[in-house]
Amino acid sequence: MTTPSSEQRSQDAADSTESAASRARHLQAVPLRHYGRWVSAGVLTILVVMFLHTVVSHIDRNGVHNDSRFQWATVGKYLFDPSVIHGALVTLELTAAAMAIGVVFGIVLATMRLSTNRQLRYVSWVYLWFFRGTPVYVQLIFWSNLAFLYPTLSLGIPFGPSFVSISTNQYVTNLFLVAVVGLSLNEAAYMAEIVRAGIIAVDGGQLEAAQALGMRRVQSLRRIVLPQAMRVIVPPTGNETISMLKTTSLVGAALGGGGELYRSIQNIYNLNYLVPPLLITGCCWYLTMTSVLSVGQFYIERYYGRGVGTSAPPTLLQTLRKSFGRSPHVTAQPVGKP
Amino acid sequence: MISELMVHSEGVEKRFGHLHVLKGIDMSVARGEVACLLGPSGSGKSTFLRCINHLEKVSAGRLAVDGELVGYEERNGKLYELSDRKICAKRAEIGMVFQRFNLFPHMTALENVMIGPRTVLRRDRELTETQALKLLDRVGLADKATSYPSQLSGGQQQRVAIARALCMEPKLLLFDEPTSALDPELVGEVLSVMQSLAEDGMTMVVVTHEIGFAREVADTAYFMDGGVVLESGDPKVVLSQPTHPRLRDFLSKVL
Repeated sequence: MTTPSSEQRSQDAADSTESAASRARHLQAVPLRHYGRWVSAGVLTILVVMFLHTVVSHIDRNGVHNDSRFQWATVGKYLFDPSVIHGALVTLELTAAAMAIGVVFGIVLATMRLSTNRQLRYVSWVYLWFFRGTPVYVQLIFWSNLAFLYPTLSLGIPFGPSFVSISTNQYVTNLFLVAVVGLSLNEAAYMAEIVRAGIIAVDGGQLEAAQALGMRRVQSLRRIVLPQAMRVIVPPTGNETISMLKTTSLVGAALGGGGELYRSIQNIYNLNYLVPPLLITGCCWYLTMTSVLSVGQFYIERYYGRGVGTSAPPTLLQTLRKSFGRSPHVTAQPVGKP
Repeated sequence: MISELMVHSEGVEKRFGHLHVLKGIDMSVARGEVACLLGPSGSGKSTFLRCINHLEKVSAGRLAVDGELVGYEERNGKLYELSDRKICAKRAEIGMVFQRFNLFPHMTALENVMIGPRTVLRRDRELTETQALKLLDRVGLADKATSYPSQLSGGQQQRVAIARALCMEPKLLLFDEPTSALDPELVGEVLSVMQSLAEDGMTMVVVTHEIGFAREVADTAYFMDGGVVLESGDPKVVLSQPTHPRLRDFLSKVL
């Protein structure tokens, strides 16, 4: 009986480990198959087709060929009606004005609430307590009735003579003005909390570093703290803007005018009684405007997100491609291929 | 005012409510001197450092930088706190480097270095940029001017922070554990920048756990514990032949 030399033995061992390693290398990982998703995709497709059928199917009444119940022709007819376009523009103007004032005033209120001055903190707190605690609809009606409580507004010495005096009625008849005041003062209360959340989310070391350089409080707030807080502030502010765009639809009902989009739609369907088609016309405009706002928000977020990741942030197209693209496990190598 | 002493502290005390953090600190740092503050955590060394640029308010005692009290003026035997404007003007003369860098993440390295002179000293943009680039080059980061802090390593971030402090042309530099948040590999690059500053005659007060750095670079070492300075002097002597048992105990643990 011959015993293999030690050299031979180590050679065999090396061979066997090598083949084991090469076998291991050919072991492919198979991701979990989600068969349930195929079923749910089928069900979903059927539901969508059923819905689309109800939307477009035509109805024949008394042998006369009719449009579908949705009356798409009517929807289309009023989509670019001058009064609807005008309404959409007023809605945009109201949103822009109310948000601009709301954001600026909100920043002021937020810095007041974070101030070392106790009086400023209390004033800000009381403001928030009132304007967040009452419905904006009620506030709008309240502002339009301001003349009931204060027939004149004047500037002068407290309990003494006044220098300038105006009649309140003169202003509350301007419904656009009342709407902007009502919406923006209410919005400022919400924005104040959003801005405050953003400011306290910034690391305390940032303010210290700014102070150590000799920056004044206002400088460090403007140059160091707020730009970083914006990352936290922008997403909820986008929310607020979209919410504001829709809240403007309360203005017509609360003030009995104002000319915003929903009021224009209402004026038309009050005459022709085609309520659902005209509501769809309105929704088309609301959806278009909110979609545009969402794109704007994406780019603002991208701007304030600079310096956060280690590489440049993706553009809108890249982001869309990623979210609609195939998920990685679908594109992975199929089993058996080398 | 010209004073021999850059930092002069007499009986400085600091209380946070009932907590007595500093119980009378006496310290004199001359122009061009490098002072290292050593001691266990909670000994008050960082608090004292932060008092020097009034990030913390002194509760009692006299603390002067370059012959002027910091954050206060003395009248009728009392310290009256100065206005925000005056405190900021004083802080602008004192540079500070933090343990966790505290670079401004929304600005590039160059913008971080430029922001102080631009906003506080209202310096010209081009001059500041030239100076900032020179300083970035000095800390070895000329090629990182357009990088954001998140794209830099800890050691690189801390060197940008040093350049940021230097761009204000400070009389005095304060370092609050500048290497404690760094990977061991990256400590050296920061310490060597600090050493070269010391060689150039910058007055520095350094809170550190780097005993080696204190021994090699510092002119004076202070050992603090429990809010008081227990031992001070030439670091080569103090750190080699400690007389106070608390310091002997501390050194045996950190070395």
